[in-house]
Amino acid sequence: MKLVLERFTHNALALLAVTTILFFMFRLMPGTPLAAFINENLNADQQQAMLEQFGLDRPMWQQYFIYLGNLLQGEFGLSFFQRRPVLNILLEVLPNSLILTLASLIIAYIFGVLAGAWLAWRRGSWIERVAVPAVLATRAAPEFWIGMVLLALLSFNAGWFPSGGASSPGLAYTNNWQRIVSWDYLHHLALPVLTLALYLQGLPLLLMRSNMLEVMHEEFVTMARMKGFSEWRIVINHAARNALLPVVTAFALGVGLSMGGNVVIETVFSWPGIGRLLVQAVSVHDYPLAQGAFLMIALVLALMNFVADLLYMVLDPRVSHGRKG
Amino acid sequence: MAERAEPVLPARTGWPLLPVLRRMAAMPLRDPFAFTGLLIYVLFMLVALFADQLAPLDPLEILFTKAGKLAANVPPSLDFPLGTTNLGRDIYAQLVHGTRSALAVGLSAAIIVAIVGTVVGLVAGYFGGMADAVLMRIADMALSLPFLPFVIVLTGFLGASTSNIVLAVALLLWPNSARVIRSQVLTLRERAYVEAARVTGASSWRILFVHIAPNILPLSFVYAAIAIGWAIITEASVSFLGFGDSESVSWGYMLQDAFSSQALSRGQYAWFVPPGVCIILVVVAGFFISRGYEEVFMPRLRGR
Repeated sequence: MKLVLERFTHNALALLAVTTILFFMFRLMPGTPLAAFINENLNADQQQAMLEQFGLDRPMWQQYFIYLGNLLQGEFGLSFFQRRPVLNILLEVLPNSLILTLASLIIAYIFGVLAGAWLAWRRGSWIERVAVPAVLATRAAPEFWIGMVLLALLSFNAGWFPSGGASSPGLAYTNNWQRIVSWDYLHHLALPVLTLALYLQGLPLLLMRSNMLEVMHEEFVTMARMKGFSEWRIVINHAARNALLPVVTAFALGVGLSMGGNVVIETVFSWPGIGRLLVQAVSVHDYPLAQGAFLMIALVLALMNFVADLLYMVLDPRVSHGRKG
Repeated sequence: MAERAEPVLPARTGWPLLPVLRRMAAMPLRDPFAFTGLLIYVLFMLVALFADQLAPLDPLEILFTKAGKLAANVPPSLDFPLGTTNLGRDIYAQLVHGTRSALAVGLSAAIIVAIVGTVVGLVAGYFGGMADAVLMRIADMALSLPFLPFVIVLTGFLGASTSNIVLAVALLLWPNSARVIRSQVLTLRERAYVEAARVTGASSWRILFVHIAPNILPLSFVYAAIAIGWAIITEASVSFLGFGDSESVSWGYMLQDAFSSQALSRGQYAWFVPPGVCIILVVVAGFFISRGYEEVFMPRLRGR
C-alpha cells in the first residue's frame, strides 16, 4: 500500500512538473497572451483594463497559482477562436481518441503476443530471419507514412474505406453511443486503427519473443521438461504466462505513449481526436485550447504510467515483496 | 622465445580509451546486422556529400517541358527518374537533397543527446548525492512530457526551424541515455581497478574521465545511433504537420507536399513512397548498429 502511494505521488509530481513547464512555456512565448483578444482600436487605458480583468497584471507566481487552482477545478479557460470552454471541446473529442488508441492497441497486442511467441518457438528458422527485420522496419517507419500508403492503396485505389473523418456527411444520431456503434463510424475507424496497429505491433512482438527466449531457459521450464510435460503445454502453461508479464505493463504504457503519437495518425485521417485538435490549435495560435489539449494528453500519459506501475506490482510479486517501499 | 614470455597488457597500463575504440571499430565486422547498418549510413553520407553531382537540378526549381508547358505531375521517365510534383519540381532531386537535411537533423540531435546524456550520467552516477537526485528528477520530468505534442508546441510557438526541432528532440531524448549510463557508472565505480586508482591518489575527475568514461563510450554510441533515427522521424512528423522549416527540402517536407497536393488520390506512388523508404532505412540502420554494440559490449544479451 505504501508503494502504491509512492508511485501515485511520483506520477502526480511528474504531472505537476509538466503543467509547470507548460505554464512558463506559454508565458515566455513572444507577445502577450492577450494579443489575440485585443482589438487594435482600444487605447492604452482600455488595454490595461483588460489585462487587469484577466489577472495578467499580477506577478507571475500569483498567476501560476491561480492557473493551478483553476486546473484543479477543471477550468481550462476559453478557446480564442471557438469562444467556448476548452474543457467542453476536449471532452467532445476525447472519446474518439481513446477508441482509436484502445482498438489499435488491443489488435496490436493480441497479434504481437501470438506472433512473438510463435517466432520464439521457431527460433533459427528462415521465417525468423525474414520476420524480425520486417518487424523492425514497421517500427522504423513514420506512422503517418504507413497511413499515407494504406490510404492510397486501400482507400483511393481500391475504394474500400473512406479517406477521412469519423462519419459521412448528413448522418445524424440521437446520442453519442448510437453514433459510435454505427456501421458508418466503424467503417471510418477501420483504416486509422489498421495503421496504428501495424505500427504498434512491433513492440509487443519483439518483447514477447525475447521474453519467451529468456523464460525457456529458466529452471522451472527445465523442471517442467523433466516432469515429461509436452512441449506445447510447457510453452503455453509455463513459459508464455511468465513471458506475458512485461507485455501487460507495456500495454498500459502504450496507451499513454500512443496518445501522444496519435497526433500524426489523426491528422492523416482527419480523425476528430485530441491530437488533431492540438495541431489545429497550435497552428492558429489558440493558446488556451493548445494548452488544454496538451495537458489532457499528459494526464492520460501520467494516469497510464501509474496503472502500469500498479499492474507491475500485482503481476510480479517480487516487486512488491522484495523491495522495501 | 624470450618475446613470448613478456605478455602485452595495453589495457592495464595505457589509456583504456584506445582498446575500447579498437573494439568498437572492429565490431561491425563481427556482427552482420551492424555491418549492414553501417553500410546504410555510409551510403547515405555519400549521397549527401555528392548530392549536387547526383542530382544537378535544383529541388525547388519549377521545370517546363520542351513544348514550354509546366512540367507538372510528369510520370517517372529518364529525365525525371521519379517524376515531378504538381508544381513541376523534380522529385528525385528533392529526395537526394533531402538526405542532407535528414543527416544534419539526425547527427546534430545525436551528438547533443550523446554528450548531454553521457556527462549527466557520469556525474550523477559517480558523485551521487544531491547532484544525482536533482539530475534524475529533471530526467523524470523530461520523460513525463508527451513526446510529439511537446515538439509541436515548442516548434509551433518558438518558430518552425530545423534548429528548434533538434533542440526539442534533444531535450526529450537525453534522459534515456543518462539513466542507463548512470546505472552503468554505479557498477563501474565499485570495480577493483577504480578502487586501485583511488588508492593511488587519482582525483575524482581523473578517475571519471580516464577510468570510467572510456568504458561507457559504447553505450553513448548506442544511444546516439538510436537518436539519429528518432530525430529524423520527428523532423518528418513535425514537417508533415506543417510546423517544419519552410526553407529546407527534407523528406518530411516532401511527404507533406505530396499529401496536401493530393498525390495520394492521383496514385503518384513515386512521390511519397521513396522518402518513407529512405526514412525506414536510416532508422533501421540505427537499430542494427545499436543491436550489434549491445551484443558485443553487453554480453548478457548475447545470443538472443
